[in-house]
Amino acid sequence: MKKQSLWKDAFYRLIQDKWAMISLIIVSLYTILAILSATGLIASDWAREVGASNLPPSSEHWLGTDLFGRDVLTKVIHGSQIAMSVGLFTSLIAIPIGVFLGAIAGYFGGWIDDLITWLYTTFSSIPNIMLLISITMILGKGLFAVYIALGATSWVTLCRLIRGEVMKHKEREYVQAAGAIGGGHMRKLFLHILPNVTHIIIINTSLQFQFAIKSEVLLSFLGIGVQGEPSWGVMIDDAKLELARGVWWQLAGATVAMFIIVLAFNLLGDALRDSLDPKLKGK
Amino acid sequence: MFQYILRRLLYLIPVLLGVSFIIFILFNLVSGDPSAVLLGKNATATQIAELREQLGLNKSLWLQYLDVVKSAFTFDFGRSWATKQEITYMIKQGAYPSLCLTLPAFIISTFLSIIIALIVAYYRGTGIDLFVRFLCIAGVSVSALAYILGFQYLFAYELGWFEISGFEYGFPDFVPYVALPGIIWILLSLGPDVRFFRTVILDEIYQDYVRTARAKGLSEITVLLKHVLRNAMIPIITYIVIQIPSLILGALLLESFFGIPGLGGITLNALNSSDFPVIKAMAILTSVAYILFSLLTDILYTFADPRVRLK
Repeated sequence: MKKQSLWKDAFYRLIQDKWAMISLIIVSLYTILAILSATGLIASDWAREVGASNLPPSSEHWLGTDLFGRDVLTKVIHGSQIAMSVGLFTSLIAIPIGVFLGAIAGYFGGWIDDLITWLYTTFSSIPNIMLLISITMILGKGLFAVYIALGATSWVTLCRLIRGEVMKHKEREYVQAAGAIGGGHMRKLFLHILPNVTHIIIINTSLQFQFAIKSEVLLSFLGIGVQGEPSWGVMIDDAKLELARGVWWQLAGATVAMFIIVLAFNLLGDALRDSLDPKLKGK
Repeated sequence: MFQYILRRLLYLIPVLLGVSFIIFILFNLVSGDPSAVLLGKNATATQIAELREQLGLNKSLWLQYLDVVKSAFTFDFGRSWATKQEITYMIKQGAYPSLCLTLPAFIISTFLSIIIALIVAYYRGTGIDLFVRFLCIAGVSVSALAYILGFQYLFAYELGWFEISGFEYGFPDFVPYVALPGIIWILLSLGPDVRFFRTVILDEIYQDYVRTARAKGLSEITVLLKHVLRNAMIPIITYIVIQIPSLILGALLLESFFGIPGLGGITLNALNSSDFPVIKAMAILTSVAYILFSLLTDILYTFADPRVRLK
């Protein structure tokens, strides 16, 4: 009963926040676009020549065409598929690792905690960008390496947060009660404590997405990310030499598309934190 | 206290060994045999054998790992594959232009952020606060690439206020080259910095001692500057000190766009030419710097807050 009311409470707080709702709508729209694009229903013909080279935006091609006469809007939509997939797959890698390691470190303490603390201290000691560059360089260029590199670097924050939160919870009475009626360690940890720290995972995922999208753009721009298809980073890279010739639409399209989704995830992350963790409201 | 510092110093060892181990796994195990990259397809067996000997790849894995650990202490990274120069020499060359760009920008952006954060904290809850917070989030949501491309095009190319690219050594000479990238750096840092400092300051503002200070009749400004800021200094110092290692790495993108021959530029060139030893050296160097500076913050803590020693 109580658990329900907490989530209900959070839900009501969230739908009253109009910025959170706008962000949520934007995230949903991008998700739908990404799914449609991934299933080939839209934007699958991004490589097709549809007009002359570098046409400025018009009613026919809303964002103009690129050097090869391809429609920029179609490329931007295809880019959203890549961006969302990077967010999704890095979250799928980072969240299980971060949650599992953080949970057992916080719960068991002792040498397990020492070992996991050492592990994330070590990982966070290597500057993020150097680790990203090293991993993508070694795994070979491409989207797969980007998933792995971003996943391998972004579990650390979540692990640290979960560890701290589980530590706070493990001495609470409800956990003791679960132990008293015969619950084992795994039961206490995963059935009782973990549901009480899920808000951290939710908030973190929102921020993880925007971090992943920004990093993918950066890595693709550096030439070690996506190869042979238009991601936003690749489009910005293509556009950098065209700017002096007055061709701004490709740069603008990719930048604005990225700005909107990253802003939405940032605002959503803040709103989720306010509604799920009301103690922190306004900070 | 000395016991605490000693304990922290000893903790350096496992972390350094761990960092070396990750770098060893990446560069010595996963990356495979570099002789194909270096010698091309038509290399003879003797050539390959010689190269492997030269690079130390004939040694057992255990000894190769020790080589990585050793380089973390001696900073002897061997030679670059692309330029054949000593990497230590390249790093020394690159550090100066990097620091010319990052150090002044870093100092200005930090002071500016603290001032803005104080103003925002003073006006907390009002429209100004809301507006600045939104601006910060919007600011970090724009890709760094867009800032760089847009500013370089507008202010350097169209308006001609700054040099488009290049670098000159010596104090007043480098200023026109680093001014614009420096401004972009400051703009990029303001968003996250102001947000963080604001949170830290607001954490303090609701403490009991602040209420006491107000009850004594002190003005809000005195309370902010004398009481709140002083106590907020600990997380602020950590945040600042921990960023210093990344100044050494320079600003990867800014340096490449503005043709500044710093460490960021060296890293990017190495990336483009698959120059593994240079990337490996930069990874080790920046990690060691990070570890040393986080040790420094821990030691600074003990001076700022004596309670830390007991933990």
